[in-house]
Amino acid sequence: MNSKAANNVATGVIYLLVTAVVGILIFLLGYILITGVPHVSIHFITSAAESFRAGGGIRDQLFNSLYLLVLTLIISFPIALGSGIYLSEYAPHNWFTGLIRTAIEVLSSLPSVVVGLFGYLLFVIKFNLGFSILAGAIALTFFNLPLLTRSIEESLEDVPNLQREAGLSLGLSRWKTITGIVFPAALPGILTGIILSAGRVFGEAAALIYTAGQSAPTVSYTNWNPFSAASFLNPMRPAETLAVHIWKVNTEGVTPDALQISSGASAVLIVVILLFNLAARFLGNWAFKKMTAAK
Amino acid sequence: MQTYSFDQKHIIHIPTEKALTTENLQVFYGDNHAMHDASLEFPRYRITALIGASGSGKSTYLRCLNRMNDAIATVKGKIIYRDTNINSKKINVYEVRKHISMVFQRPNPFAKSIRENITFALRRNGIKDKQELAYRVENSLKSAALWDEVKDDLDKSALALSGGQQQRLCIARCVAMKPDILLLDEPASALDPISTAKIEETLKELRKSYTIIIVTHNMQQASRIADYTAFFHMGHVLEYDKTEKIFTNPQIKATEDYISGNFG
Amino acid sequence: MEGIKSETEDKLKMDGIKKELRNPSKATHQDYFGKAISYICITLVGCLVLSILYFITTRGVATFTENHVNLWAFLSGTNWNPGMLDSHGQPEVGALPMIVTSFCVTVLAALVATPFALGVALFMTEISPQKGTRFLQPVIELLVGIPSVVYGFIGLSVIVPLIRHAFGGTGFGILAGTIVLFVMVLPTITSLSIDSIRSVPMYYRSASLALGATRWQTIHKVVLRAATPGILTAIIFGMARAFGEALAVQMVIGNATLMPHGLLTPSSTLTSQLTTGIGNTTMGTLPNNALWSLALILLLMSLVFNVLVRFIGKRGSMKNEFKSCK
Repeated sequence: MNSKAANNVATGVIYLLVTAVVGILIFLLGYILITGVPHVSIHFITSAAESFRAGGGIRDQLFNSLYLLVLTLIISFPIALGSGIYLSEYAPHNWFTGLIRTAIEVLSSLPSVVVGLFGYLLFVIKFNLGFSILAGAIALTFFNLPLLTRSIEESLEDVPNLQREAGLSLGLSRWKTITGIVFPAALPGILTGIILSAGRVFGEAAALIYTAGQSAPTVSYTNWNPFSAASFLNPMRPAETLAVHIWKVNTEGVTPDALQISSGASAVLIVVILLFNLAARFLGNWAFKKMTAAK
Repeated sequence: MQTYSFDQKHIIHIPTEKALTTENLQVFYGDNHAMHDASLEFPRYRITALIGASGSGKSTYLRCLNRMNDAIATVKGKIIYRDTNINSKKINVYEVRKHISMVFQRPNPFAKSIRENITFALRRNGIKDKQELAYRVENSLKSAALWDEVKDDLDKSALALSGGQQQRLCIARCVAMKPDILLLDEPASALDPISTAKIEETLKELRKSYTIIIVTHNMQQASRIADYTAFFHMGHVLEYDKTEKIFTNPQIKATEDYISGNFG
Repeated sequence: MEGIKSETEDKLKMDGIKKELRNPSKATHQDYFGKAISYICITLVGCLVLSILYFITTRGVATFTENHVNLWAFLSGTNWNPGMLDSHGQPEVGALPMIVTSFCVTVLAALVATPFALGVALFMTEISPQKGTRFLQPVIELLVGIPSVVYGFIGLSVIVPLIRHAFGGTGFGILAGTIVLFVMVLPTITSLSIDSIRSVPMYYRSASLALGATRWQTIHKVVLRAATPGILTAIIFGMARAFGEALAVQMVIGNATLMPHGLLTPSSTLTSQLTTGIGNTTMGTLPNNALWSLALILLLMSLVFNVLVRFIGKRGSMKNEFKSCK
């Protein structure tokens, strides 16, 4: 075979592989949406789950997922921001920084089930929190921290050094330069990073099955007292999320319409994550435009 | 490049009031000795130009004057400002930079509105009075000859301005802090001739109330605006005198060769 | 008179400035504060990692220190039945089936995914960078975005029945696990390969094309050669993801703690055994401790993958330095 023919064959193979990958994605999305969307109805989204009967909904699971997401971001964003600022602005080139970077790499490559088990061991067992939203949010924070930290660090580093020099040369402290000049300039990137990490957190289940638990007790959506056991805001109650619910109905197999519920719930999950992805893109662009363009 | 002796120097002392003095200033980047023994006196309310080829150490020297080299280099020697050696660990660098402000080679406005670009640092320094802020915005923009162009768009993003306007905004930003000394690091090198001319006009106006030290690789610029000129060569200051003397009757061979375009 | 007044004013002002220059100001304190906050955050992250390592390790070794299980018996035993004693009166905690299955699905998934990943990466970097980035970047991002339970669900409702029809048996097993993991590691390997191929300097390509090489020769002999360390790193990251994936695999692997006899028999990975078992055992008992030992293996393997990545990174950069010296 001469080199020209080899070239053509190779190009053909590459096209074939690309088509296959695109095909896989189209199949995945198509399957979820086509099998799932018909099951999604107002009733499905607004009614409670059933264990042994058909016709259950996902109201509590959906709420739990969102609530956990919000709690997780509230806990992880400040820590990730502080760490990102350290790595991008303060970190000296020494062994401590090297060690920290390694630690973050290790944390990001740990299987989420290990992170979940650690949360289970420390918070559910040792601190006696029991299966609770709080334990789940903390476990998800561990899972979320390395990626969020890195994306914040990268966004901060993308801000040109000239901006820092401008602030410093006006007699501002480094801290004020970072918080007042560098951080706002990095905001579009940081926003995108947060939303993308939100998508990951929203779909995560392995870290949650032994921290937030696998049951969704009936809660009252009119009880706004977070310290009341029946309140939907109570962070100490166990909370099965949407992703965990999909896993559970499929593995326990006691729910008669498990297939319908999982496809409906998967569709909801995917749509929410797609929305997150779109929002990340849109919001990042919007914030960037707002910053640079004339008002 | 011809090699010149570094022993022959011609450096004058300033008879009038001095705003800033350096004594034996040396800069090291790691093992690299980037600046040797720079001892210069800068007269008050005058423009002093620092000229020399790229890599001659003029920008390095300038950045030492308000301690912008702190993080990247070791600076030895004395920088005397108001009878105080400000090149000392005990000195509060933030205060130094309030009095000795810097404009950089590339325009670097903040990603904020034009107004906020000027008020940001002022607010952080405790000026909250709205009238005072508005007054300073107007005044500083006027002294940077930008007011007429932007007075109706003060809330527009500064990044929407042209390069020349951005650079004048950066000058205004420094002026609003009412510093003593303005350091400018090749402020016009990234700009077109018209913007450059405007900046030069601005500097001539500012000279009435500020001491200005400007790094430039443009000799015409130095001869147009500077009262005094220092010639830097390979980390040494070889000649320092009144500008017209430097350009008409240089005392050192290296200076003569440089200004007549024989190198650099 | 006026002259004297302004002179004294000047003097006073000058003294004030001198004092300010020498004394810490609000800015100094702000900086201490900011530095402290960022140090606290980063230390928190560091401590978190250390405590994860510490807690999982101490629980994981309990099987050997408290229950006196022989480490070798644990790693090489093929019977997993922690509640029971074998004929020698030893507890049956042979983790080999899980270890083998985990490695099988990991390696197979990476093997299958690599050609696809390289195809997409080459398309996006060498063949059609503009179109590729526009259409394939979102494809990769979406593949990353799909949650693992959804992959598991599709595996369970599509792949497993498909295998059952095609090959008989239950459909659960290593093959199903491999197929699910293949799609899951695909975006990881692809995006890291893209980074590594993109970082091959343009002049390498120009030089090769200028010598009359075809595009494929250039890709094959120059670009892929130069990008090899990066691609290897990408594959290892993909394997790390596959090795640690829990729920998607757990849903399709069959969860039988048996030594796998082929790609089609139900078996169990480390992660699937952990997710299935940890809720059904009591803290502190041998069956529970044995599960923590599985978690420890997962943790150690994740560290091994990390070390491998670093090792390849170092060798890769050393080779490049050597080249540039020459």
